[in-house]
Amino acid sequence: MNVARQNRLNTFAAHGALILYTVIALFPVFVIVINSFKTRKAIFREPLALPHADSFSLIGYETVLKQGDFVLYFQNSMIVTVGSLFFILLFGAMAAFALAEYRFKGNTLMGLYLALGIMIPIRIGTVAILEMMVQTGLVNTLWALILVYTAQGLPLAVFILSEFMRQVSDDLKNAGRIDGLSEYRIFFRLVLPLVRPAMATVAVFNMIPIWNDLWFPLILAPSEEVKTLTLGSQVFIGQFVTDWNAVLSALSLAILPVMALYVVFSRQLIRGITSGAVK
Amino acid sequence: MAEQQTKPKFRWHILVFLAPAVLVYTAVMIYPLFNTLRLSLFTEVDQTRIFVGLQNFRTLFGDAIWSTQFWNALGNNFWFFLVHMLVQNPIGVALAAILSHPKLRFAGFYRSAIFIPTILSFVIVGFAWKLILSPIWGIAPGLLDAVGLKSLYAPWLGKEAYALTTLSLVSVWQFVGIPMMLIYAALLSIPDEILESAEVDGITGLAAFWKIKLPLILPSIGIISILTFVANFNAFDLIYAAQGALAGPDFSTDILGTFMYRTFFGFQLQLGDPHMGSTIASAMFAIILIGVCLYLFGIQSRMRRYQF
Repeated sequence: MNVARQNRLNTFAAHGALILYTVIALFPVFVIVINSFKTRKAIFREPLALPHADSFSLIGYETVLKQGDFVLYFQNSMIVTVGSLFFILLFGAMAAFALAEYRFKGNTLMGLYLALGIMIPIRIGTVAILEMMVQTGLVNTLWALILVYTAQGLPLAVFILSEFMRQVSDDLKNAGRIDGLSEYRIFFRLVLPLVRPAMATVAVFNMIPIWNDLWFPLILAPSEEVKTLTLGSQVFIGQFVTDWNAVLSALSLAILPVMALYVVFSRQLIRGITSGAVK
Repeated sequence: MAEQQTKPKFRWHILVFLAPAVLVYTAVMIYPLFNTLRLSLFTEVDQTRIFVGLQNFRTLFGDAIWSTQFWNALGNNFWFFLVHMLVQNPIGVALAAILSHPKLRFAGFYRSAIFIPTILSFVIVGFAWKLILSPIWGIAPGLLDAVGLKSLYAPWLGKEAYALTTLSLVSVWQFVGIPMMLIYAALLSIPDEILESAEVDGITGLAAFWKIKLPLILPSIGIISILTFVANFNAFDLIYAAQGALAGPDFSTDILGTFMYRTFFGFQLQLGDPHMGSTIASAMFAIILIGVCLYLFGIQSRMRRYQF
């Protein structure tokens, strides 16, 4: 066998393996979404067929929108995710700047202290977190979730951002100092705009786990008016187990926003992971 | 001017920059963590908290009912982890190796598509697979029938012998994108000169992978292993979404996360017990700490790193 033919064979095998795995990865999502647009009969009779004129139905979506307050859940998830990201980025960048820029006693120790949380999951402290939230009256508020996710996201954010801030040129900052800028202005006006790509990476890394978390909403904010989309769909699906139209539609509605976010941010996410930000 | 500032001024801005992060992190993460460890030494009698020392741990490991549940959950958790290590990481490495081939077309598309399950929530993944594997809907038996393997079908999630392995594989399906991406990044960072000089020596294709690339990406595989370990030993969501807090059938899918949740919140007839919940959390903390230390001191420090 000559080399060219072997190469073509290899390429063929590579595409075959990748296509096979892509199908495995996408098949469940595909099945759920197409069946959510079908009548109950069609769901069971021909689960793998695309919806067509006879089998098309939106009955599941009608039930979901009537029974569950998905708009509210969506709004809660948005507030929690955006709020947490804001605090993670702001506080994380400030701390990272302090660690990267200034030499002071305990700098290394502080860095290690903040890095502890990268490896230890915050869930271990759940019992005491709940107790604290009950005592402070924050239980069943979105603030409880925002605080927890901020604390959870900070260690990695500080770690990644301080790596990037060390690369910002000293000359630039010193030029700012000579021009009489305060340290705060140097941080907000000069340094922050320069580390924007790193901030985006941190944001994308944190966004998905926060949006998808079930544990803390279940424990800290289970009441109806503060339910997140993940918890809301979990509870809804649990109640409507036998209504396949409703369950499939609820699942599709939960998939949709995440997919939309993914389409927007996937390049950033993949660049973030592959640029070696997490080594 | 320099001589005038003999005593350096206290630099308030450092404090201002550090304070918010340190305060939130300490108050919401570190303090509750240690408070949970502390709570495991207490119990509640007649609505007052009393100190009982290591009594809770004695109950957890000594009492027949508690210890069977604990060892069951721990054993299941190890199996859960093992399946991830044996299935998820090799598939991830294989996919990354194929993807990193320089002349491969559509690499970006494959990469994005294979990563999609990772961004979905456990609730979606758990229910979607529950429906697909369900004997009522018939997608799984139908597909097996199409390839002539219908006899292999069983309601996997409902059978004690298969449920945990099935859920582990579902979790593998969901997270294979993470090792794939990290290994892909590591493979891309190998300089071309090394591969070219190997090629000159006649090492290409699979041989190049085993002899050159694999040793170079071992540190990344180590990091992925410890990330998998930590994630698996505080997993909860997938089991809860698919099987509920009782982790059925008959606790065969119970892992430490679901066990702690049940103990802490109670279920059916059993009342929630925050102190026993803390005790289990402390045990989980110890397990994760041992795992991380084994990695840091046993594996990472011995691993050979190459600087390019």
